Amino acid sequence: MQHKIDNIRELQIQANDIRENIISMLLTAGSGHTAGPLGMADVFTALYFNLLRHDPANPYWEDRDRVVLSNGHICPVLYATLAQVGYFPVAELQTLRTFGSRLQGHPHREFLDIVENSSGPLGSGLSQAIGMAIASRIDTGKSGSRFFYCLLGDGELDEGQNWEAVLLANKERLGNLIAIVDRNNIQIDGYTEDVMPMLDVAKKFESFGWHTQEIDGNNISEIIDAVHRAQGVFSQPSVIIARTIPGKGVREFERKFEWHGKAPNPTEAKIALDELRTLGGKIKSEHK
Amino acid sequence: MLNPNLKLNTKIFADDCEQLPIRTGFGEGLAIAGEQYKHIVALCADLTESTQMHLFKQKFPERFIEMGIAEQNMASVASGMAAMGKYPFFSSYAMFSPGRNWEQIRTTIAYNNRPCVIVGSHAGVSVGPDGGTHQAIEDIAITRVIPRMTVISPCDAIQAKKATLALAADNKIAYLRLAREKTPIITTDETPFELGKGQIMYRPDGLAHVAFVATGALVVQALRAAKFLEKKGIKVLVVNIHTIKPIDAELLVQVARETKAIVTIEEHQVIGGLGGAVAEVLAQKCPTPIEFIGVQDLFGQSGTPNELIEHYGMGLDAIMTATHKVLERKN
Repeated sequence: MQHKIDNIRELQIQANDIRENIISMLLTAGSGHTAGPLGMADVFTALYFNLLRHDPANPYWEDRDRVVLSNGHICPVLYATLAQVGYFPVAELQTLRTFGSRLQGHPHREFLDIVENSSGPLGSGLSQAIGMAIASRIDTGKSGSRFFYCLLGDGELDEGQNWEAVLLANKERLGNLIAIVDRNNIQIDGYTEDVMPMLDVAKKFESFGWHTQEIDGNNISEIIDAVHRAQGVFSQPSVIIARTIPGKGVREFERKFEWHGKAPNPTEAKIALDELRTLGGKIKSEHK
Repeated sequence: MLNPNLKLNTKIFADDCEQLPIRTGFGEGLAIAGEQYKHIVALCADLTESTQMHLFKQKFPERFIEMGIAEQNMASVASGMAAMGKYPFFSSYAMFSPGRNWEQIRTTIAYNNRPCVIVGSHAGVSVGPDGGTHQAIEDIAITRVIPRMTVISPCDAIQAKKATLALAADNKIAYLRLAREKTPIITTDETPFELGKGQIMYRPDGLAHVAFVATGALVVQALRAAKFLEKKGIKVLVVNIHTIKPIDAELLVQVARETKAIVTIEEHQVIGGLGGAVAEVLAQKCPTPIEFIGVQDLFGQSGTPNELIEHYGMGLDAIMTATHKVLERKN
């Protein structure tokens, strides 16, 4: 697969480019979410450029791994990653949130059929990934070689449906299911622990019978290692709690819940892009 | 007289007419559909026998998922299974599915375009003693408003079986509405069934004065009222609308032109149900006086099915009153 990158520095460069594309598309769109997409750029890079079994030249390949994005509002990072890995031209990113665009404000597979699910309303992605994993097991009689990934936010865990799903995944012993929770500690109204304390997320999943790991979600090697370990778990669903910094890469935006749901204005975008370009240059020069 | 082309049960007006719960037809139909179509799977939220899904479960245990009491998860898990090529039927009481999980049905199934069948059992006030919390009388309204949704409300167990088999062959996103109580058998194995097509079940001699447009468990009530009124000199034509969406607009317009007076009859709120659907069509295509039999913007309560049908104005007396009213408005 041509898109596969093993070198960590090269992956970091991809992640940095994804962040630049996120800022640029949000600036053009004039609305959308900034913090979550920037924070999850490393997870998306690790998945799409290294871990996933997929083929941008053959998006409907039956044996591909499936990725269910549950918190659809972070779609700028999904779109930027899909474009960079070769599913569609990077220039199309500038159509985000406009009338007739394939890149709807929240992903809609009627407009962009290479995404596995339409999302936006929170709390239902994990259930869908579980449905896919069960269906696959019915067909193959075992967990099979395909993996079913679900990406979800920590604020989203307020939704009770997640916990219905967490119970079922344990009951069905879904070894082919890997959930990655973006533990960035923010949601629209503030810090997660103020809005609705989530406490120790890993412990919660563990007590529900899940294989759990907690990692630095902005460290690409840690992400890759954790997913490899999760892939080796056969009789349990796996969750990786990825501690990320919301707004990662732009000091002005980092760790501020105010950046959850707004787009940068031209001045803010310039600061962000300058910083990311400097950072990109630094990674590249270290790489030489 | 009963429409001979439909080969209906001739004993329908007799006291000893055979009765079966509508939901049993679904259970039998699903078990047969499971044989015919390997991609059919079934999910249930801890009501497997109540919703008659146990018949499928016994035959295909590997294709049945017990979800526990978790209707929201059930709808979205079904969506995920559909994404992998399965055709899921998922069941609970109508109050909880599509009641509690409406947004999951709207987004993860309909908006996402993942064909599944929502099977809502125990619809209507005839659930009886369990009381108002368990009597779904808003389910037609909340499902038919969703784009891509087909809404089916069979009139008896045999029709429920045919509807289930028709859906199984069609891979539609659909809501199948079922009732708990035993209901007289109106149709026979020979009665034709086509999704989206209404059925004129009863025709008087000569021109009808009024048409009853009914659905579900109250179709039998409409037939019996028509027969009763005929003796009093009021000629009634009875239409069974088993597919509430897409509704058979052509037939409704034809019947409205012929009778110029309509009474809709359903075990559901008069707001947003069959009556609303009929009014939407006729207001645009053939404005006609309509009276609405159904629950008048109220909640249910405990009682026997008959007590509740009478109390909420869906009994024979209420139908006669509505008929007189609509005939006055017509003239």
